[in-house]
Amino acid sequence: MTTSTSGAPAPAIEIHDLHKAFGSVNALDGLDLTVAPGEVAGFLGPNGAGKSTTIRVLLGLLRADAGSARLLGGDPWADAVALHRRLAYVPGDVSLWPNLTGGEAIDLLTRLRGPVDPRRKAELLERFELDPTKKSRTYSKGNRQKVALVAALASDVELLVLDEPTSGLDPLMEAVFTEYLREVKAQGRSVLLSSHILHEVEKVCDTVTIIRAGRAVESGTLEELRHLTRSTVNAVVAGDPSPIAGLPGVHDVVAERNGQGTRVRFDVDNASMSAVLRELGSLGVHSFTAMPPSLEELFMRHYGEAPTTRADNPAAAGAR
Amino acid sequence: MSTTTLPRPRTAPSGPGSRRDATVDLTGTGHLLRFVLRRDRVRLSVWTGSVVLLHVYFVGALTALYTTFEERQSRAAVMDTPVSTMMAGPGYGLEDYTVGAMLSNELIGWVAITLAIFNVMQIVRNTRAEEESGRAELVRAGVVGRHAQGAAAFLAVLIADVVIGLLSALVMIGGGLAVADSLAVGAAITLLGVVFAAIGIVVAQVTEHARGATGLGIAVLGVVYMARAFGDMQQTHGSWLSWTSPIGWAQQMRAFVDLRWWPLLLHVVLVVLLLAVGVVLASRRDLGAGLVAARAGRADAAPGLRSPFALAWRQQRVALMWWTAGLGLMWTATGTYIEGLEDMFEELSATSPEVLEMFGGRGQLLGGFISVMVVFGMLLAAGYGIAAVLRARGEESAGRLEPMLGLPVSRTRWFAAQLGVAALGTLVLAATTGVTLWLGAVLVGITDPDLGTYLQAAAAYLPALGVYLGLTAALYAWLPRVAAPLPWALLAFGFVVGVFGPLLDLPAAVTALDPFDAVPRVPVEAVTAGPLLALTALAAVLWLLAFVGFRRRDLPVV
Repeated sequence: MTTSTSGAPAPAIEIHDLHKAFGSVNALDGLDLTVAPGEVAGFLGPNGAGKSTTIRVLLGLLRADAGSARLLGGDPWADAVALHRRLAYVPGDVSLWPNLTGGEAIDLLTRLRGPVDPRRKAELLERFELDPTKKSRTYSKGNRQKVALVAALASDVELLVLDEPTSGLDPLMEAVFTEYLREVKAQGRSVLLSSHILHEVEKVCDTVTIIRAGRAVESGTLEELRHLTRSTVNAVVAGDPSPIAGLPGVHDVVAERNGQGTRVRFDVDNASMSAVLRELGSLGVHSFTAMPPSLEELFMRHYGEAPTTRADNPAAAGAR
Repeated sequence: MSTTTLPRPRTAPSGPGSRRDATVDLTGTGHLLRFVLRRDRVRLSVWTGSVVLLHVYFVGALTALYTTFEERQSRAAVMDTPVSTMMAGPGYGLEDYTVGAMLSNELIGWVAITLAIFNVMQIVRNTRAEEESGRAELVRAGVVGRHAQGAAAFLAVLIADVVIGLLSALVMIGGGLAVADSLAVGAAITLLGVVFAAIGIVVAQVTEHARGATGLGIAVLGVVYMARAFGDMQQTHGSWLSWTSPIGWAQQMRAFVDLRWWPLLLHVVLVVLLLAVGVVLASRRDLGAGLVAARAGRADAAPGLRSPFALAWRQQRVALMWWTAGLGLMWTATGTYIEGLEDMFEELSATSPEVLEMFGGRGQLLGGFISVMVVFGMLLAAGYGIAAVLRARGEESAGRLEPMLGLPVSRTRWFAAQLGVAALGTLVLAATTGVTLWLGAVLVGITDPDLGTYLQAAAAYLPALGVYLGLTAALYAWLPRVAAPLPWALLAFGFVVGVFGPLLDLPAAVTALDPFDAVPRVPVEAVTAGPLLALTALAAVLWLLAFVGFRRRDLPVV
């Protein structure tokens, strides 16, 4: 877990040991989360892990039972209105006023925060291919999501709080969203991006916090988290690869004969990599690839069994 | 069930050479019926129980209160006045006003209103509301026919209506009333309910929104009730106008006086016709669509749409406009009836001035009419106010409150906007009641009393209306999950007290629970500051409680 210890400007978000119960259910059970200014922070967890509850505490909608939460240096409950001028929020499941058009909803949402450049709105509408003249009740889920995204991205705010913002968007629109997120990052604004779309987090986030059952189980930069995990090695060797399976830190070895030699595939703890490389070198390597773990794998380590299908990973596909 | 026998309105596309079986459209009705009965078991039981209890109370109280012929005839004299005729029925059996005749003359109309609201709401809830929420899509994607959801909703209320009719008849028989007539009234009650269930089926096809469909159904009830009321006032035992109304048909059965069964046939024919119309409409439209297609709107919001108040107003203005127009028309029509009252005064003062004096002379009789009409207007305004305040709950559970409060909008500001628009609408309806009653009277040349009197009669209720709004708001703020039923129950109670209270001799401790109970009946009674100040203070406390509660609770509670 990383906590910002520098004496620099106040963190965009600073949550320490946060607790929130609904009846007998502990939605948050000692959560810690920090987002430094200018940082794009991924907030990963399965459904029901407490992501939306955390965001609602940050927005002053829920009152925490214990622990502290600071938002842009203020108290999210007491200073809600002043803080909300400086942030924009996109819920995961956007509900709109059925008799307002998308354009009207965008104007309402942005005007309540402050003045907005109409050219910015027009540009966003065009990029997201959204027809603003349709009544909100006729929009699909993806289009409702676009309305909230356009309203949030049109505003000039310090912090974006995005709760699974791309749910319902097609891959093209996801790409547009990622592009805008990079722009936001380049402008030095902070982002909290809650998601279970892992590749989207991987693409843009500086840091990642993984939450399960209301507490952070892992947190750090992508590099730091990768350091904790294994790499997947694919190699074709001339000799007999069986000694590799006996090395410490090596898991799930699969070997098969082919024309040139033996194709071998295994996972290895990064700390044990040098011993494995020495052993491989002695076997006569024809080809070699080592894949860093995807967030998919990180995620599976915490929330399920070891991944058994790698269909998403072209390098690994067919290895088993 | 009649729906199963209806022909398909248009040739359905089907495989070559095969004839399509119309019952295919009802596939799954049985499963859905069990689902509706299970889902609504509490609602159905509460409505059924309430209507049956109303009968128990009515039969019991009247039997106990009116033991001699003279006592019964004194009630008959009251029922012979236009105001009572408007609220009761065509006046069969007034010559010998037995408890059965009272029930047939006075109770059927109120039970009809209750059952109409129940049936329309129940049908819309299980048809149009399901479509609007998107749940119908999920259901219809299963092995479920086009008309199955409508049929299941209809059958469920049909069962409830039959149970209500049967139990009500048993209550009457148990109270010592004639068996055949009791069964006739029970059947009439059942069929009145079913007529409005069929009306519910039709209105659910017309608008895209459940709220609009319910409103349309209630408007039909208003028209049907007023047709009967004016018909019965025009002529003893009803004019042709009474015969345009299903409620009139039930009363024209003359139960407990000179029973005739055949008006029930009119109900049956009407139900079949309405269901046929419903099936035709349902077959011609897409799932989720109304009969009127949605148009493209503006790409940018109007400059004024920049506050929670503007948003709430935007959301509610159309409903308020329809309420105002509908009630305005209804009260204008009612106001014109004052001319008929004048004719009656002249006749009375010529033939039997002592009877006119008995009711306090022209001023008292006319004032009584106005004050009773104003009570009804204010009950309707309170109903609008409760629904408008509960829209806050709708915003919260639909997930539209959260993005609002994610903006620099304080809870107090948002809640004040919701309550402000609700209060404004209630005020508009209260004023409309006074103004249009006066307008109706002026249209037929009655300029005394003046507009000020009508407005004063309505204004006396403003503190009590504030209590209704404040109570609803406070319940929503503190107990959002159970906020809805309580104010409605109180309003229903206020309605019963307003209608039956004086006749049924309810104890003062009970009637005091009705917020309208303490309000002076202007122009019959003088305005007194005491009760109005007390009601204002109570309203202020409730409003304050509402804001305090809303500021401190978790959001959203779903």
